[in-house]
Amino acid sequence: MFFFIVLAIFILIIASAIIGYNSLIQLRNRVRNAWKQIDIQLKRRHDLIPNLVNAVKGQMEFEKGTLESVINARAAAVGAKGIADSMVKEDALTSALSKLFAVVENYPTLKANDSIQPLMEELTTTENQITFARQFYNDLTTTFNTKLEIFPNNLFASSFGFKSFPLFQVKDAHEREVPTVDLSLKK
Amino acid sequence: MAEFIQYEKRNVYDEQAHNRRMTWFILSGIILLLGSIGFGIDYYFLGVFEERVDIPPVSTTAVVMSFAFALGCLNGGSSIVLKTAGATQANNNDIQHQQLCNIVKEIAIASGLPTPKVYIIPDDDPNAFASGKDPSTSAIAVTRGLLTILNREELQGVVAHEVSHIKYYDTRLMTTVAAFVGIIVLFSDLALRGLRFGMLSKGNRSKSNNPLAAVLFVSWILTMVFAPLLSRLMAMMISRKREFLADASAAELTRNPLALASALEKLENASEPTKTIKRGIAHLCVVDPMGKPINEKEGFWAELFATHPPMKKRIQRLQSMGYQYTSQV
Repeated sequence: MFFFIVLAIFILIIASAIIGYNSLIQLRNRVRNAWKQIDIQLKRRHDLIPNLVNAVKGQMEFEKGTLESVINARAAAVGAKGIADSMVKEDALTSALSKLFAVVENYPTLKANDSIQPLMEELTTTENQITFARQFYNDLTTTFNTKLEIFPNNLFASSFGFKSFPLFQVKDAHEREVPTVDLSLKK
Repeated sequence: MAEFIQYEKRNVYDEQAHNRRMTWFILSGIILLLGSIGFGIDYYFLGVFEERVDIPPVSTTAVVMSFAFALGCLNGGSSIVLKTAGATQANNNDIQHQQLCNIVKEIAIASGLPTPKVYIIPDDDPNAFASGKDPSTSAIAVTRGLLTILNREELQGVVAHEVSHIKYYDTRLMTTVAAFVGIIVLFSDLALRGLRFGMLSKGNRSKSNNPLAAVLFVSWILTMVFAPLLSRLMAMMISRKREFLADASAAELTRNPLALASALEKLENASEPTKTIKRGIAHLCVVDPMGKPINEKEGFWAELFATHPPMKKRIQRLQSMGYQYTSQV
């Protein structure tokens, strides 16, 4: 009798470990996939920026500083190595871009320009897609990290080499309020 | 039915959990109704269960028929619905259409779903609906009027509402519910006709002296008489629950409930009947395509017969979510 109880407990432990392991693997792959999605959007942003810069360059001579900071931030972001480095540099690019957006908003002629309007829409949607992809990544990662920490997964997770993923964070309150870019085509 | 009685402040996740619970509750009610009609026919007409336990033929047929009907509607329904609304696929050269496609892609990324196809309906009344049996075959259709009156953020809110209908399989759920309601109507009609022509099985005629059996029999007949109405009311109730759920989850996706609230306000003021959208898919639209009169009214009876909850309540709930978001930050 005693033997069977021990056996049952043993089987229960093994089974819960297997189930926990499998669900962690599944979730980890989804997190990695979500990270790739962000990467795709970031790449698109890097490709779009030179076009926008070229389009507005001639018409905003006196806002050179804003443009230059976007160009520099982009160059830094393209050259970033590793997740943590890329997070910091992409954040800098996001804030430089939002400043440029705010500037363009102030130039009605620029805003209504036929070649700039589609570019602005493209960049706006890319910015939104980056935000949403990060939001999705954060949601998944939170689920994954929570699963790592709860019992009984916490007993074996580290020995199988599972590590928690970093979350995207908004650094300062200022950046939280990215100027709302209203690109609706009519009022 | 909590929203009939009092308005409580709930956060997005409570809202979603509550809605899901209610949906399962009502759905099992509808299936129970169908089951009891079927079992009654089996028992009183065919005399099944009298000596031994058989597979009840009528109840089984009813349930199988409901699912088959629903499956048929799901597989063929989407393209028919889009065709009757005169919807055409969004055109990449038009900047307005391009913006809509971009927004749909954004929300698809936010929800982790494959990007639905985007259709435009040539109608100046603002409205939108979702269709498809699962996320990979889904489509979102938007009227031209919607594109003209909403700004980018508001449009994003409406698209998020429709994507939520897809995410929670509301298109599938509501089609299934509609199929069950149809079959309930069919079978209760069948049973009532059978009664009129006195087709009761012999065993039951002799047994009906027993008072308990008589009570059961009468209540079964009452069920039959009221089943069509009752099942329709329950279907409407599910529909309204799903509207609140879609609003709440749109708020969760965009983290911007106030944009959807202001979109709903604009839609409410512009609300004339959307002629190209037929009654059958009203429960998938962002606002009731039948126009103002029903959704304006509040109160128990008006709400009982509406596919959508009153606009004021939806806007109020979104605004309170918006308040929670801003106070958290």
